[in-house]
Parts: sequence; structure tokens; C-alpha cells
Amino acid sequence: MWSRQAFRRFAIQLVFLAAAAAVVFYFYNNVAQGLRQLGLRFEYGFLRHTAGFAISEGIAYQPSDSYARAIWVGIVNTAKVTLVGIFFATLIGVLMGVARLSSNWLVRQLAAVYVEVFRNVPLLLQLLFWYSGVILKLPPVRQSVAWFDAVFLNQRGLYLPRVVAGESFAGWRWFWLAGLVAGAAVYVLVRLRLKRLDRPGFPSLWAVPVTLAVAAAGWLILPGRPLALDYPVMGRFNFTGGTHASPEFAAMLLGLSVYTGAFIAEVVRGGIQAVDKGQYEAAHALGLKGPLVMYLVVLPQALRAIVPPLTNQYLNLAKNSSLAVAIGYPELFNVGTTVMNQTGQTLPMFVLMVAVYLALSLLTSAFMNWYNRRMVLER
Amino acid sequence: MLSTPAAQAQDAASRTSRPAPRPESPFGSGLPLRRRLRAAWAWIRENLFSTWYNGILTVFTLGLLYLALKHGLRWVLLEARWAVIPANIQPLMVGTYPRAQLWRVWAVLATLALLSGLSAGAFGARLKRAAAWGAGIAAAFLLLPLSAVSRAMVLACAGLYGAGLLGARGRRALRPWLVGAWFLSFPWTLFLLWGVQGSQLLPRVETSWWGGLLLTLILAVVGICCSLPIGILLALGRRSSLPAISWCCTAFIEVVRGTPLVAVVFMAHLLVPLFLPDFRIDKVVRAMIGFTVFTSAYMAENVRGGLQSVPKGQYEAALALGMNSPLMMVLVILPQALRAVVPSIIGQFISLFKDTSLVAIIGLLDLLGVARSVIANPQWLGLQAEVFLFAGLIYWVLSYTLSRSSRRIEKALGVAGRR
Repeated sequence: MWSRQAFRRFAIQLVFLAAAAAVVFYFYNNVAQGLRQLGLRFEYGFLRHTAGFAISEGIAYQPSDSYARAIWVGIVNTAKVTLVGIFFATLIGVLMGVARLSSNWLVRQLAAVYVEVFRNVPLLLQLLFWYSGVILKLPPVRQSVAWFDAVFLNQRGLYLPRVVAGESFAGWRWFWLAGLVAGAAVYVLVRLRLKRLDRPGFPSLWAVPVTLAVAAAGWLILPGRPLALDYPVMGRFNFTGGTHASPEFAAMLLGLSVYTGAFIAEVVRGGIQAVDKGQYEAAHALGLKGPLVMYLVVLPQALRAIVPPLTNQYLNLAKNSSLAVAIGYPELFNVGTTVMNQTGQTLPMFVLMVAVYLALSLLTSAFMNWYNRRMVLER
Repeated sequence: MLSTPAAQAQDAASRTSRPAPRPESPFGSGLPLRRRLRAAWAWIRENLFSTWYNGILTVFTLGLLYLALKHGLRWVLLEARWAVIPANIQPLMVGTYPRAQLWRVWAVLATLALLSGLSAGAFGARLKRAAAWGAGIAAAFLLLPLSAVSRAMVLACAGLYGAGLLGARGRRALRPWLVGAWFLSFPWTLFLLWGVQGSQLLPRVETSWWGGLLLTLILAVVGICCSLPIGILLALGRRSSLPAISWCCTAFIEVVRGTPLVAVVFMAHLLVPLFLPDFRIDKVVRAMIGFTVFTSAYMAENVRGGLQSVPKGQYEAALALGMNSPLMMVLVILPQALRAVVPSIIGQFISLFKDTSLVAIIGLLDLLGVARSVIANPQWLGLQAEVFLFAGLIYWVLSYTLSRSSRRIEKALGVAGRR
């Protein structure tokens, strides 16, 4: 027989689960009833129906495609703005975090002002400000701001030249392959040599130039250009050619990276400050100089303090991309709400979106955990 | 700017690994002019031109700063059309709260001012600092383009604060009463603002009339107050040794934390009426539910951190005294754990305060929502930058002040920092 305590534990859990199930059932019942009155059922069949609404940007899609396709376009757009945003936010954050520790008083103060200003204003407000207060107030297409006839900025967004394959691109690929092989060989050799001499150093500093040199040689040897630039050209109503960032995308990117950059700056600053002073002194005492102290001693330790909170910031950025619904960038949440409005399938659509965001979160944190574990093992 | 530049520099220097000798402050008084100039020159060389690349950096930054200030100031002083702000100050502050009932908002502010004054006095804040805070907040209010009546009200509130401060000085006996009063001030505020159905004196003002900064603050305060108890329960549940309970709590926390806040608020807006068809729940309350659900998951993680910071010996000691589990939690563990999470609760409040702006998406007229509707008015076409900058300034002042004071509270409590 069970002891009295084990029975009590079992009973408590049973009661808890029963209560939770009752609440969930009550909610579900109400929703089901509400849906039935609207003539709907909780199911995902609607995903196959024709969407019938247009999406302003993203991968190939027509209004005659299915809802599933529309949602996929949203997911890809979310991934796009998130990845590009993470890149720029990290760039800004690292720069500003280091600037906050600069020995230059002016730089230090400006970095502090940047962090305190952008951290303490709601992101939604910043996005709206960039979008309707700045980008939409740029000059119209006819009076674009132009740099070297290659980059154009106007209220329809940013137009950039695009890199496209030239006539000898096929041959050039072989040079890249050869360069990569040579680079890998150099990497291994240098690394073995360093290990034998038991000296610190950077094999990549040798390997990367070798690869680039082979590729450059290919550029010179091959007849014609392997790569060409496709410039945006002013047509009758709009630019054609080149690549284009819509005002919505530009505002999202600007807002997300500037906002998250302020938080990342604090993370970076905290991480560098967490490295003990004795570590610098010990590194100097061992005869390490300049950048080697930073790369071999300080950074690995700082990164251990930086990576976990940095992961959180990346996840925040990914989730914050859903604010695009306010300025009309067609990412997952924006498309999702349109689908909800059209089909009335609020709950299934919500479950689907939460699942996607959860998967995104779990993937990112799995990757960052893997990276973090590697950093910790390497100490 | 942060504190004083010199203090900032010293602060940074003491924490960085390369200790820089602190130069003599050029602002020191009482020295002859020549020595002061020399000290200033030494400070500039030390801090702006210590190496050749620092020199280049300084010149380059100064150039950028000059350009930014030149264009920025020209826009702010000459080009921007600020008339839109005074014309819409009332909606920006209180939304569509009826004009005849505005005295209730002032009554709430007066209550809070009096309570703050009394607390500052009774809890032994230094007189100069407390007075400076009061004066600073009053000055910030007076800087807003308010009507003469409103300005008089601000001064009256400042007077109440001062009277409370002086009246309660050194009266330690007031402390427990004040704690109770603070707890009661929350329902009292809601009661005053909401009123009673059919009353002459306090007619009901439906929440759909609330708006502006008032709504923003109420959403944030309600969100934090409601999510704290739920968060504590979830944290205890997550640490429970009963697998069913700990699993359910963990799943709830992780799912909510993985979902964007917009989605939660949006869903509270759409799904709550579906979940509870028998009740009529208006938009503002639905938003409150959304924020509470969202914040309680984060609050649970904060509280869990606090629970983990309580030494094991405290549990053992409580058990040795013969306490049972609930008693131990309430009397021994939670008081210590909650003390450790005060800074992160304030941090949570700051981010919630900023996040309440999301209700603008579901069409509520909080500070940002009013700003958007002002811009949509054809009379004020094309003034996005002005209106958003003003709203941003209000958000910034409040959340910056809060984060500064949270650092002070951290120091006073002697616990680790926010984030």
C-alpha cells in the first residue's frame, strides 16, 4: 500500500489536473459554441483555400495562392527582418558597448546618451517615428537622394545595386573551390605548426588571405568579369533593376536594430567589465601583447558572460518583429491577422502562430546554447 | 546625461580593467584661475587627446555632433510646428475622460502626492533630496503646456507633498499605516476614476473613456499588481516537487515567454470574449488581462530567481522550528525572496510601462494611441515627427527616472541589479 504522504501527493496532483482540465474544457466549450454559431469548426482545412489578398513584398506569391502559402510568405519575411536585424543590432551593440568603455570622454558620453535614449522609449513609438516621421517624409521618387547614380533613397525606400553573375562566373566558381581547398590546407598546416611550437596564434590569418588570393587571381586571369553590378535605373514611374528595400522593411530594420543595439551595448559592456583586472595583468605578465590579450584572454571570458543575455536579446528582436503589424510590413503576425479577419478562424490561427514563434525561440536558444557550451568548454 | 561627467568617468575607470589616474577636476572652485585653466587643459588632454587616434576620434565626433546639433536645433526651433501639442494636451494626458470629471484625476494625483510626502518623511528620506525630487516632478509638470487651473492644481499637489514631508518627519509610528495606505491607494484610485453607477457625485466613467498617459499608467500598474501574486504562485508551482504541477507551470511560463506581446494582447482582445461569452468585458479590461497573463510569466521567472537566492539553511531552519511547508514559505522564504526581486520587479514595471503602448494596435487610446489619432486628424496633417517626439519624451522622462531610482533602491536594499 502507499504511504499516507505518497497518497496525499497523488491526490493533490489529481485535483490540480482535474481543475486545470475543467478550466480548459470550459474555455474550449465556449469557443466551440461561439464558432458553431458562426458556422465554423476548429480545424486547419481553411489553409488550403484561396487567400485572395495581396502581400506587398517577399517571395513569389499571388492572391490566387492558398492561405498556407500566404502564411509561409509571412514566415520568410519574419526570418528576413530578424536575421538582418540581428546582424545590424549586434554591429551597433558591440560598437556602442565598446565605446561606453572608451578612454575618450566624448565617445563614452555619446554612447551612454545613445543607450539611455533608445532603451527608454517604447519600440512601437520608435518604429512609427522612423516610418511615418522620417522615411515617408523623404523626397518623392522624382527627386530621389542619389549617391554616384548607384544608391537612391526616396519615400518608396532604398534602391541599391545588385551583384549578379557575369559572363565568366561559371569558371570563377572553380577558382573559389580551389581557393577554399588551399585555404583549408594552410589552416591545418599552420595550426599543426603552432601546436608543435606550443604558441598562440591565428591560423585563419593565413588561411583567409590564401583563399582570397586564389579568387583574385581567377578574377584577373579569366576573360570578362565574373561578377557584374545591376544598377537601379529610373524608369517612367519607378526604378527598375538593382535591389530594393521597401519603406516598411527599412523602418523595421532601423527601429529593431537601433532599439536592440542599445540593449546589446549594455550586455557587451557588462561582459567586458566582468573580466577580472588580474586577467589583463596575468596576460601581460605572460608576455602577450595588444590584440592577443583581447582575443586570447579577455574575449573568451567576456563572451561567456555575454552569450546568455545576448540570446535573450536576439529572441526579443525576433518576437518584436511582430510589431510590424503597426506599419504594414507583411511578416507572420501581420499576415496571420489578415487571415484571421478573412476566415474567422481566430483560435487555430493563433495556435499556429504561437507554435511558429515557439519553434523560432527554441531553435535560437538551442543554437546559442550549443555555442555557449563550446565557449565554456574551450576555456 | 548620467550624473556628473567626472563621477561617470571615475565610475567607469574603477570598473574597467585599465585604471586611469583620475585627473584633477577642472571645475573645482576656490583655486586661482591659472591653476584651474591648467587643470582643465590637463583634463582635456587626459580625456580627449590621450593618444593620436583618440585625438582623431574626438575631432571626428565633434564634427558629427556639430552637424547633428545644427540640423537638430534648426528643426526643433525653427521648422517644427509645435502648436499641435498645446492644442491636444488634454487628450494626450487623459484621453476622452469627461471634462467635468477631471477633478477626480487631480484627486488621485493629490492622494499620491500626499502619500509620497508622508512616506518620504516617515521613512527618513533626507529632506534636501526629497524636496528636490518633489520640486523636480512638479517642475516637469509645469513645463507641459497646461491650463492655468491645471498649473494651480500641480502647485496644490506639490504643497500637499511638502506638507506631508514636513508633517511626517521622524514619526516612525506612521510607517505600518503608510504601507497599508499604499495598498489601499490602488483600489481607491480605481474607485475614484471608475465611479459608481447612477451616483450624482461620482458618476460612472466607463473605462472606454479613459485614455492618454492616464490609461498608460493604469495599464502598467494594474499589470504589475495583478501579475505579482500570479507570478509568485507560478514560481512556487514550477519549483514544486509534484511533477504534474511543475510541468503545467513550466509549460505555461515557457509558452507565454516564447510568444510576442502583441500576439498576447491581440488574442486577449479577440479570444477573451470567445472564452467568456457570458460576461461583457470591455476593451481596456481585456488589455489588462493580456498584460497580466504576459507579465506573470516573466514575473514568475524573476521570483524563481529570488527563491533560488535564499540560502538552503533558511529552509532547514524553518523546518527545524516545526513549521509546515506553506507556513515556511509565507513567513520565512518569500519575504527574503521578494526582497531580492524588488529591482527586477521595477525593471519589469519599466518595460511593461513601455509595452503598454502596444494597445494602440488594438485601437485603445493610450498615450501612443492618442498621438496616432492626433496625426490622423486632417487639421494636423504631416506633424508625425512633432507628436511622436513629444510622446517619446514623456515615455523617456518617466522610464529614465524610474530606472535611475531603481538603481538607488538596489543600493539601499543591497541586492543585485536589474537585468
